[in-house]
Amino acid sequence: MKSILGRIRFLPVCLALGLAFLYIPILSLIIYSFNESKLVTVWSGFSTKWYGELFRNQQIIDAALLSLRIAVMSACAAVVLGTIAGFVLARMRRFRGRTLLAGMSMAPLVMPEIITGLSLLLFFIALEKMTGWPNGRGITTVTIAHITFSMAYVAVIVQSRLADMDPSLEEAAMDLGARPLKVFFAITLPIVAPALISGWLLAFTLSIDDLVIASFVSGPGASTLPMVIFSKVRLGVSPDINALATIIIGIVALGVLLAALAFKRQERLQGRDARLANLPED
Amino acid sequence: MADSTTGRPPAASNEPGQAREPWNDPEAVPYIQLENLSKRFGNFTAVDNISLDIYKSELFCLLGGSGCGKSTLLRMLAGFEAASEGRILLDGVDMADIPPYERPVNMMFQSYALFPHMTVQGNIAFGLKQEGMPRPEIDRRVSDMLELVKLGDYAKRKPHQLSGGQRQRVALARALVKRPKLLLLDEPLGALDKKLRENTQFELMTLQEELDITFVVVTHDQEEAMTLSSRIGVMDQGRIVQVGSPNEIYEHPSSRLVANFIGSVNLFEGNVVEDEADHVRIQSAEAGCMLYIDHGVNQIVEGSRVSVAVRPEKIKISRDSPEQEDNVTRGVIEEVAYMGSLSIYRIRLSSGVMVQATQPNLDRDTRQFTWEDEVYLSWNPYSALVLTT
Amino acid sequence: MRMGYTPLGQGLVRLFEPVMHVSPGKSVSRLLRAAGVTGRNAVIAIPLLWLLLFFLIPFVIVLKISFAEYATAIPPYTDLIQWGDDALMSIKLNFGNYLYLVEDDLYVAAYLNSARIALVSTVMCLLIGYPMAYAIARSSPANRNILLMLVILPFWTSFLLRVYAWMGILKNNGVINNLLMGLGIIDEPIVMMQTDFAVYLGIIYSYLPFMILPLYANLEKLDVNLLEAAADLGCKPFKAFLLITLPLSLPGIIAGSMLVFIPAVGEFVIPSLLGGPDTLMIGRVLWDEFFNNRDWPVASAVAIAMLVFLVIPIMLFQHYQNRQAQT
Repeated sequence: MKSILGRIRFLPVCLALGLAFLYIPILSLIIYSFNESKLVTVWSGFSTKWYGELFRNQQIIDAALLSLRIAVMSACAAVVLGTIAGFVLARMRRFRGRTLLAGMSMAPLVMPEIITGLSLLLFFIALEKMTGWPNGRGITTVTIAHITFSMAYVAVIVQSRLADMDPSLEEAAMDLGARPLKVFFAITLPIVAPALISGWLLAFTLSIDDLVIASFVSGPGASTLPMVIFSKVRLGVSPDINALATIIIGIVALGVLLAALAFKRQERLQGRDARLANLPED
Repeated sequence: MADSTTGRPPAASNEPGQAREPWNDPEAVPYIQLENLSKRFGNFTAVDNISLDIYKSELFCLLGGSGCGKSTLLRMLAGFEAASEGRILLDGVDMADIPPYERPVNMMFQSYALFPHMTVQGNIAFGLKQEGMPRPEIDRRVSDMLELVKLGDYAKRKPHQLSGGQRQRVALARALVKRPKLLLLDEPLGALDKKLRENTQFELMTLQEELDITFVVVTHDQEEAMTLSSRIGVMDQGRIVQVGSPNEIYEHPSSRLVANFIGSVNLFEGNVVEDEADHVRIQSAEAGCMLYIDHGVNQIVEGSRVSVAVRPEKIKISRDSPEQEDNVTRGVIEEVAYMGSLSIYRIRLSSGVMVQATQPNLDRDTRQFTWEDEVYLSWNPYSALVLTT
Repeated sequence: MRMGYTPLGQGLVRLFEPVMHVSPGKSVSRLLRAAGVTGRNAVIAIPLLWLLLFFLIPFVIVLKISFAEYATAIPPYTDLIQWGDDALMSIKLNFGNYLYLVEDDLYVAAYLNSARIALVSTVMCLLIGYPMAYAIARSSPANRNILLMLVILPFWTSFLLRVYAWMGILKNNGVINNLLMGLGIIDEPIVMMQTDFAVYLGIIYSYLPFMILPLYANLEKLDVNLLEAAADLGCKPFKAFLLITLPLSLPGIIAGSMLVFIPAVGEFVIPSLLGGPDTLMIGRVLWDEFFNNRDWPVASAVAIAMLVFLVIPIMLFQHYQNRQAQT
């Protein structure tokens, strides 16, 4: 038993060091966002002036609003398309083009962004030459590109959630007289709802975080937030970017905290229900 | 003796001798000794101050419902759980500081825990390889073992290519091949279907006799425990409530709990009206008659309330009043369940109490009794048992 | 509705009687079905058509342009299909772009360098991530979710900003150098920015969660009974890890490694922010070729070559994903 204990101590140390590695850069971003000096890493006193600077930077504000718009639109569309794809792959065993669909909906997960970006740009240009649409590049093209690669993530999440779901639930509904479409909306969708929420959040994050694909398929006057940040940090560190990073981290942390609280609450309610029903809680 | 008056049959003469029952031999040295063993998880006491001796070549069953602590006790023997108090001696050696991988004990897991990435052969050879045994010796031992469990043709298969029964035999072979001093089996037949379970029970007993290895089996299935074991330890809430041979446990349960757990039983409450050395009389309103039992209870005072246990197969059903004064009552048959070899009758007594009685189906097509029949129920004085706890 | 029957109403009913027994909805759906359009097919068609249009066809176009010639035109490449005077169609494939990739040392070096950086980073991620994933999988269920959240959390914050954070840490007057010089350990700042070291660090840092998550998902499912059985059969803990845990976690190792390796090969942001001018990575070369040199055919050839290079790892990943989905 002694050597088992020895290993048990080794693992938490690895975990702690690994988590420190993940969080130290983020902490340093936050700390130096309150630094007065422009030199970012030379501490010269506490100040919030870079936050003021940030909010006066119209370019960043515009880019942030644009990114938010694209992210919301593409996340919603990606959830719809990804859910259909995931449902088809999980529930329809045999149809022509299944392998093609399975391959195409998993490939964007591992495709280097730079290839996806290049191919979509060349496609849009060729399409415009042939049909006159999309008539220049901007919000529309970026949104389509983001839908395409984030629907793959949604499809994978929904597919695995459906694979875990007991198919006899759907069969029971059909047995009780519900038509396939009714079964989908009354039974399947409510059960995979958590997967849809996490899929939406993931698609939103992927969209708002994307630099490479947006750089390819965006046009003049439609610079997303990552594009603006990239052009700024390419020239070196700048304190208002630290401030921006701190705000983003704050929003994410708050969101996660709320989600965790909601989760805890739901768990507690389930635990109470289980006790009321006199069931074992495990 | 009472034999002449009550018609008690003479004691069975074909019972195994002292050599087969080392627990009745004061000279015998126990092979495994549990001394005041306890295991606590936080506030919860899984194993509560158990002392138990198990002898060499025994097939000892730990029997109990879920959460009674039987599996924890087994895991303590294997070395996966350390004792909170007390100690375990195996062949005279204290096991406290010996890790599972150095104990001369092997376990057959309930889930079988076969290594999914290894073949049948690889699984069985695993333990021998850990000992650093030379290759030819390993091969010989593994093929002998495969032969013994009749899996010679399946050596190269992976676990997922085997049926449930075959997997069970691989798990058994893997644990046996190391020739442990003690083999632990956690619900060994639990995952098999009924027919297979019956066959495997006998295979397991034959194997155990052939190899002469001490087995400790954990099970919740009383039938399995009755068939397999030399002795049974009935567990409840972390304690062992009774230890004895299957016959003792069934015919002489020490408490209502044990009587209820093993087989079915009818319990009648009543007041002791007469307690002598060789018999007791109990007046029971529930039974609707005077109960006469041919053994004294002596630690109880007259007038106190006790329970009388009568097994269903010991109750005789008849249309006419039997020629005895005690242990006779009347009722109406409410339910009949035909089980093939026997039928189970549920009879409502005039007190409202339901009694269960079984009768063998001696004829192929005629049944003696049916629904709504008014019948007499009777039993012998030596068939019932007084339970005070 | 008998009361509502007026003579006119009855007349109308009579008039339409022959067609009334076929409801219009049914007849439409019957027509559609005859044409092969069923609800089922429509459901399948929606994602299939979208992905064909916006995923597969774009690749065909990249492939096509990689065989075209550079031209000072808009768009800057020649058409493969040319119409002769006699209205004969001729297809002209130009392999020059691919020859150019092989002949020019820059591209070969960039591919090899990308592969090396991605490989080393993947191995490092595995070495750091495996014990972390194992520690999370072995912790109590209550702690497990919190620890997992801590690993995922950085992923939700901006990737770009996390890479940017390292710029502040690694530069000559950055956090590390300031700290070491302040403690008097070094006199001169260590040059870390714009080196391969910084690129390795950035990739390992950014992709570590992608290694941990599939490993965790795999290790969490590992049956503890198997390890107990190994111990019971005389196997010491570390050996049991090598003989049981490690081989059984192979699907997780492959999935995690591919999720790190494949995007790392094509990585653009990290080498351009943390790497030096001589940090050659193929993603960066493609970017420059496309945006700075405006040589679309060569950029396309670079992309196709990268894809060919990644086909084996991608197929390996899909194979293991499918196998896991089946079990």
